[in-house]
Amino acid sequence: MKLIYLIISFIVLSITSLFIGVQNISVLDIFQLTEEQAHVLFVSRFPRLVSIILAGVGMSVCGLIMQQLTRNKFVSPTTAGTEDSARFGILVSMMLFSGANQFVRVLVAFFFALLGSFIFMKLLDRVKYKDAIFIPLVGMMFGSIVGSITTFFAYKEDLIQNMSSWLQGNFSMMIEGRYELLYVSIPLIAIAYLYANKFTIAGMGEEFAVNLGLNHKQIVNIGLMIVALITAIVVLTVGMIPFLGLIIPNIVTMYRGDHLQKSLSHTALLGAVFVLACDILGRVVIYPYEVPIGLTVGVIGSGIFLYMIMRRKAYE
Amino acid sequence: MSNKRKLIVLAILAVLLAAAFIFIDLGKNWDYALPRRVKKVYAIVLTGGVIAFSTLVFQTITNNRILTPSIIGLDSLYLLIQTFLIFVFGSMNFAITNENVNFLISVAFMVLFAGLLYKLLFRGNGQNIYFLLLVGIIFGTFFGSITEFMQVLIDPNEFMVVQDRMFASFNNVKTDLLWIATIAVILVALYSIKLIRYLDVLSLGKDQAVNLGVDYDYVVKRLLIVIAILVSISTALVGPITFLGLLVANVAHQFLNTYKHSYLIVGSIFISIIALVGGQLIVERVFTFDTTLSVIVNFIGGVYFIYLLLKESKSW
Amino acid sequence: MVDVKHVFKGYNNKNVITDVSVKIAKGKITSFIGPNGAGKSTLLSMISRLIAKDEGEIFIDGMDVTRCKNNELAKKISILKQSNHINVRLTVKELVSFGRFPYSQGRLTKEDRRFVNEAIRYMELEEFEDKYLDQLSGGQRQRAYIAMVIAQDTEYVLLDEPLNNLDMKHSVQIMKTLRRLADELGKTVIIVIHDINFASCYSDYIVAMKNGKVIKEGTTEEIITPGVLNQVYDMNFKIEEIDQEKICVFYS
Repeated sequence: MKLIYLIISFIVLSITSLFIGVQNISVLDIFQLTEEQAHVLFVSRFPRLVSIILAGVGMSVCGLIMQQLTRNKFVSPTTAGTEDSARFGILVSMMLFSGANQFVRVLVAFFFALLGSFIFMKLLDRVKYKDAIFIPLVGMMFGSIVGSITTFFAYKEDLIQNMSSWLQGNFSMMIEGRYELLYVSIPLIAIAYLYANKFTIAGMGEEFAVNLGLNHKQIVNIGLMIVALITAIVVLTVGMIPFLGLIIPNIVTMYRGDHLQKSLSHTALLGAVFVLACDILGRVVIYPYEVPIGLTVGVIGSGIFLYMIMRRKAYE
Repeated sequence: MSNKRKLIVLAILAVLLAAAFIFIDLGKNWDYALPRRVKKVYAIVLTGGVIAFSTLVFQTITNNRILTPSIIGLDSLYLLIQTFLIFVFGSMNFAITNENVNFLISVAFMVLFAGLLYKLLFRGNGQNIYFLLLVGIIFGTFFGSITEFMQVLIDPNEFMVVQDRMFASFNNVKTDLLWIATIAVILVALYSIKLIRYLDVLSLGKDQAVNLGVDYDYVVKRLLIVIAILVSISTALVGPITFLGLLVANVAHQFLNTYKHSYLIVGSIFISIIALVGGQLIVERVFTFDTTLSVIVNFIGGVYFIYLLLKESKSW
Repeated sequence: MVDVKHVFKGYNNKNVITDVSVKIAKGKITSFIGPNGAGKSTLLSMISRLIAKDEGEIFIDGMDVTRCKNNELAKKISILKQSNHINVRLTVKELVSFGRFPYSQGRLTKEDRRFVNEAIRYMELEEFEDKYLDQLSGGQRQRAYIAMVIAQDTEYVLLDEPLNNLDMKHSVQIMKTLRRLADELGKTVIIVIHDINFASCYSDYIVAMKNGKVIKEGTTEEIITPGVLNQVYDMNFKIEEIDQEKICVFYS
């Protein structure tokens, strides 16, 4: 998996993404765009492309960080309850701050996503079972508990269908004015790059980290905060995209090993490429309607995850 | 207090609660209310017993107290079937309005799915139960993605019908189903009588069970199928109550403090009845139907689950 | 007699056991020795049908292990593996009673109770019989498991590293008990053991394995020699005879 192939695919898919849609715009039209075409391009296509890239990169990097910190290949925002916690946070903001702007919503979602992640890490400390498959089980059960609490309140407020539609991963809503929040994830990803080595060390355990002169708690907290914030942002703007943070880092580590700094770029790029491909597929398959990204990734992601653990079984 | 005495206490409590449910505040139209209430209590007893039994046996087979059979994806599959039927055929279609047909379809698909899962598990070299569970959870997410997608597209009026089935509710127990369900449960119970004697030995773990002459594959496979059928029946009858079994099985273990399944099974059935009848009483009298039983149970069960994980545990 | 014929076992294209054939005599203690990864535990597990073999045949008293009804086999052969974490709260007596399961499926007769009590006496556990397993020391717990195996009353007793996590005193105690099982009760005891000196002092026959193959098998006399042991362990051994027992010295 050479970096160059990923970069090429990335560029090709990005360009393709810009030119698929109900409004007919072909590559050649670039040189003489009608007003209508330009409008579509700048208000809808380009923001969509940016959202796809940022969501893909963001969630994949989140998954990678979590896996490094927990030393477990199966931990990700989906399998650690982070996404469900963010979802709960959004419900809370819908119920308690219904008039508030996006900024407040993100903060509330972030707060709960962070809380959920902390609880999960504490649970991990206590669970002594050695089997690696057990951990995501715990995470998903935890996630479904949070989910049922969310559902409880949503039921009372009669918000269930509303929430489902809002939170399902969907890029078609990404138009100018609705997606800008995603830009916040760029500095976060940059911080992740800076801290890459430290996450790897912290993942080896407290004693190991202290031995090398690092403040273990601080690093873990920073990692979790980055993950929680990016997850909150993505869930709030785009919706829930299951398993993304799980499968992308695992595919990368299959080819490039576990050293975070080296695999970070690959993870980010592969994440973007994967989501781009799924999104294009979703737009093309039942043209001119589209299949929401949450569904596409949910289906394809499940398939890949299944394949991955079947393969892992072979090593036991 | 000896275990026999404890069982008697539980039995008395269960009977008292059932009586309270049936007779308190019966009012003038008692000839209308009485049969309905009796049917409700019966449905609760049947479902409670089935869930208690299947979870207890499942935990013994997996040698793990924090798992429940519904997490292998049966709940999600049930929802998918219901949503699919309404989505494709509308809420007035035969399979939705005729409860018996709906029941049979749901149970058939769920058992089929469970069977496929088990085939997957027993195919490989080692029988890692956690692998089965993780695969089940992935399927759960997979079904959930598709379900959510369809739910968003359903007409909001139709969605009410779907929502009704999302939550286990004894408010409107489908009493027509009670006949079929009872027959099914009796048949399954008769089949599993021979297998129950192996449960004590199975709790010692696979190696010891094989050492002591149990035909492990044969027994476990059949027990898992029994569990799948029973869980399907209870889900189709009443809706998904994911964490009830978890709650009940663990309370039974703690309260009865024995390894003997003869006591544990009976005890857990009583505890289950107490929890459900008591819970339903709370829903009707305290919350005045503003919420559903399943949400309460899931919440309490979920919190209890976290408590179990955080407890200092030498086992798992 | 246990007859192992040309058995193969591999995991993921790696051979763990390659063409192993060995005959194990009745009524004696046979020890399997060898370095880590030699395949000793795997072979033991296959003999006791806990895991399946890829190729080859294993016969116990003429019966094919894979074709037997498991219940019948459980009356002939018992195995105790290394790790015994049981997360069920049992008293010593309850644990030992499980040993009678192949005979009475959980419903104990008077005869069963006799076996259970005798097994407890044999292992000198009477004062602990109503205590829970987690209240006992490691050595006492191991004795309880062995008592269960004795109650199972099988002709062949297989033990995988029975001395793991035991201190010296208890280790000697267990080995002496195994000796009695063979000498007094005529049982065939097969053990996998790491400690070469215990193997030397207590076995009748030794099978030395390395890299999934049998390097040499024979009486204790034949195996506990510098030549054989050097070859098996890739180390230098000196053998000293003390009180008619061959002691291996390999510490420097």
